[in-house]
Amino acid sequence: MEFTLKIWRQKSHNEKGEFISYPMDNVSPEMSMLECLDVLNETLMVRGEEPVAFDHDCREGICGSCGFVINGVAHGPERATIVCQLTMRHFRSGEELIIEPWRAEAFPLIKDLIVDRRSFDRIIEAGGYISVSTAQAPDGNAILVGKDAADQAMDAAVCIGCGACVAACPNGSSALFTGAKIAHLGILPQGKPERDGRALHMVAQMNAELFGNCTNIGECTGVCPKGISLEVIAIMNRDYLHASWKRREALEATIPPALERNTHRT
Amino acid sequence: MTRTAQGLDTAVGEIRALREEFWQNVTVPGSGDDLNQNLEKAGRVADFFELAELMCIDARERNESCGGHFREESQTAEGEALRDDEHYSYVAAWGYRGTGEPPELTKELLEFHNLHPSQRSYK
Amino acid sequence: MMLNANIPSGPIEQAWDKARFDMKLVSPANKRRHSLIVVGSGLAGASASASLGELGYNVKCFCFQDSPRRAHSIAAQGGINAAKNYPNDGDSIYRLFYDTLKGGDFRAREANVYRLAQISVKIIDQCVAQGVPFAREYGGLLANRSFGGAQVSRTFYARGQTGQQLLLGAYQALERQVYAGTVTMVPRTEMLDLIVIYGQARGIVARNLVDGELSVHIADAVILASGGYGNVYYLSTNAKGSNATAIWRAYKRGALFANPCFTQIHPTCIPVSGDYQSKLTLMSESLRNDGRIWVPKMKGDRRSPNQIPEDERDYYLERRYPSFGNLVPRDVASRNAKQVCDEDRGVGKSGLGVYLDFSDAISRLGEKIIRERYGNLFNMYQRITDEDPYKGPMRIYPAIHYTMGGLWVDYQLQSTIPGLFVLGEANFSDHGANRLGASALMQGLADGYFIIPYTVGNYLAANRFARVDESRQEIQNTVTTVRETIINCSPSEAGGPSIRSIASWAKLYGSLAA
Repeated sequence: MEFTLKIWRQKSHNEKGEFISYPMDNVSPEMSMLECLDVLNETLMVRGEEPVAFDHDCREGICGSCGFVINGVAHGPERATIVCQLTMRHFRSGEELIIEPWRAEAFPLIKDLIVDRRSFDRIIEAGGYISVSTAQAPDGNAILVGKDAADQAMDAAVCIGCGACVAACPNGSSALFTGAKIAHLGILPQGKPERDGRALHMVAQMNAELFGNCTNIGECTGVCPKGISLEVIAIMNRDYLHASWKRREALEATIPPALERNTHRT
Repeated sequence: MTRTAQGLDTAVGEIRALREEFWQNVTVPGSGDDLNQNLEKAGRVADFFELAELMCIDARERNESCGGHFREESQTAEGEALRDDEHYSYVAAWGYRGTGEPPELTKELLEFHNLHPSQRSYK
Repeated sequence: MMLNANIPSGPIEQAWDKARFDMKLVSPANKRRHSLIVVGSGLAGASASASLGELGYNVKCFCFQDSPRRAHSIAAQGGINAAKNYPNDGDSIYRLFYDTLKGGDFRAREANVYRLAQISVKIIDQCVAQGVPFAREYGGLLANRSFGGAQVSRTFYARGQTGQQLLLGAYQALERQVYAGTVTMVPRTEMLDLIVIYGQARGIVARNLVDGELSVHIADAVILASGGYGNVYYLSTNAKGSNATAIWRAYKRGALFANPCFTQIHPTCIPVSGDYQSKLTLMSESLRNDGRIWVPKMKGDRRSPNQIPEDERDYYLERRYPSFGNLVPRDVASRNAKQVCDEDRGVGKSGLGVYLDFSDAISRLGEKIIRERYGNLFNMYQRITDEDPYKGPMRIYPAIHYTMGGLWVDYQLQSTIPGLFVLGEANFSDHGANRLGASALMQGLADGYFIIPYTVGNYLAANRFARVDESRQEIQNTVTTVRETIINCSPSEAGGPSIRSIASWAKLYGSLAA
């Protein structure tokens, strides 16, 4: 197969970027999109040019490191498929593929296709957990979890934190990501005691980062490699509303956004 | 998946030669002052070159088959791994003695007070 | 050099209790005065950082990825073992101990393995409480499945993404401590050397991968949880970034490296399809619960699997190992696969593959149940190979997957350098010459949640730590060494036709090391 890869090249956050076209031939249909970039990078290296930088690690679709936009779609044209598992057979030979990084205020660009997604970590930091320290747990079977609840929680818990939802959203909202964690923990009996605080804190943090608001467009769920449903956003909104009402008097005191630790945003 | 003394000796030689070639010819484009994935990789590859040699030396030294380490010289009539508890019931701990120097072997003998080592059988 | 594993005397059942009783304690008020470095944020590193942070220590955790949640523990599929005996099928701590030691072909320490089996039950409790959505029975109780090398069902799982869910649990506990201010997370940073002062590990030299800057980090103890060295083989199931640099540099500073030749070949991976291939994809061992492995009886049989009649198929594992059948341990399953392929009975284009067939299970249980159990694995297989495993058998072949060897540690998980502790796959301790399925997650979490919090405390309480100034000669020397080992970059037009890329170097030695 043959392709023209038109790739966004940008040396660093502070420099201007541009698209550069690279013709590729002899592409095997069994190659993954990332392997295709590997082959391109080999060629670039032999020519003494700098290879395209892109985040990647497990290449099994689970670590969430990789991801970029192909022809305007986050993770490319295949549903529920991340770029490391997207094989070239899904494209037509001769096609031009426009490859660019996630573009969102809350994900500052680092280089080429690599962006800084630490805002996601800070949302989790703000309350995406159950407060149980090591060795404090009761027996595993002391907490009964109905099969339906376990399945529902798992459906939300499969989020890999890749950021495609944010990149696809015209508002740059992280509602699907945040909602997935709030739903996962809130559905389980273990997560119920902190349900109110969790929603308040995580949403506050989401707002403090530069994510936009959710306006129920649904692009996020369309590109989600794990097929997380919009329902999690409804759960988040419900939890948030419920908690804000319940805690209306103490509201200001209860939601200090997480400190901007570990940031080197310029 | 299987190893032989001869194969391992050859491998050690080849790894050394390749490592030398690596250090003579390695080039990394870009700069060391910004994000450079090839530079990261180059450093890791350099370490793997050395580790690969130690791995072969250890495999060569352990003249028995056990678990994932299968030496063709040491197998039962049915082709299963044959341990040599008399000589190899130990942990082989290797110490670094400088580049190009052979590593030093220290043995921690394994003692079994509760279970008696038996020939594994899953028949 | 003499190696003292520091195993407590007396009955094995009481060894861990006794060891903990003999340990010195750090008083609560003094804990925050101690600083600790953790390298790696996988199951072992994240659980250790979280637990130590909860106790009040000052922890700095390093990872080379952009976030601790990317660590390769996340890719573990099948499950985690624990001797809970919930299914009432005869399991016990002693049986898990026996299975693990035997599975490791009697090349592991008895006391370590026994402790691992003891702790296994607490790990499940901890993870459930954190909100890990383990599979459940209809009554709400935890579900179990079987794994290779065992005749009881003791594996807990969350669909085919157990590693992901356990790691996210540990990651969330870690982030909770980041919020509390006890843990500082340092992502996109790689450890390049260990700082040893007066024979004690006192810090690391690390490189910021974004701007290339080298920095010195001082602490009272250093904990390595940086994973295994499976990428010594070019094609492995490890993540592309998984590397041995942290443990290797520690080795060069004097830590002993134990049993490097003990590497594990996993029997069920998707076969190699071409030269460009960058890595191998694992299919969970749990598939062997319901899948039957076979090859044609006839040599060079190139018919498609559906055309080969039942009596011309050789279910070689069931034939050779009637009591364990398809659930023999990994090393045995892998060697047998190689053997039948050597006999020219392998399948697929390359002849390097065997069938893993679900047709019996599908007709017995129905497609719905199979989809529920392995849906995501089947999808992954289909995505990669473009073949539908519900209609025909999968093709699988062994691939390097895990390394049992690693830095030598004693019963306290301390290496031969005082103050340098090593956890998870990075150490050598519990799996002997072969690891059983669903035991890596168990070991990583046992080390991080339930062992290191005590043993590092003992070390801190028993030693004195002088203030260390960064300008010290030892530290400056270490930084200089690191600077020298960083390969010089050549900015441009360096290339010529003879230049090899880094990946091709890796490929070359990787094929040799096999």
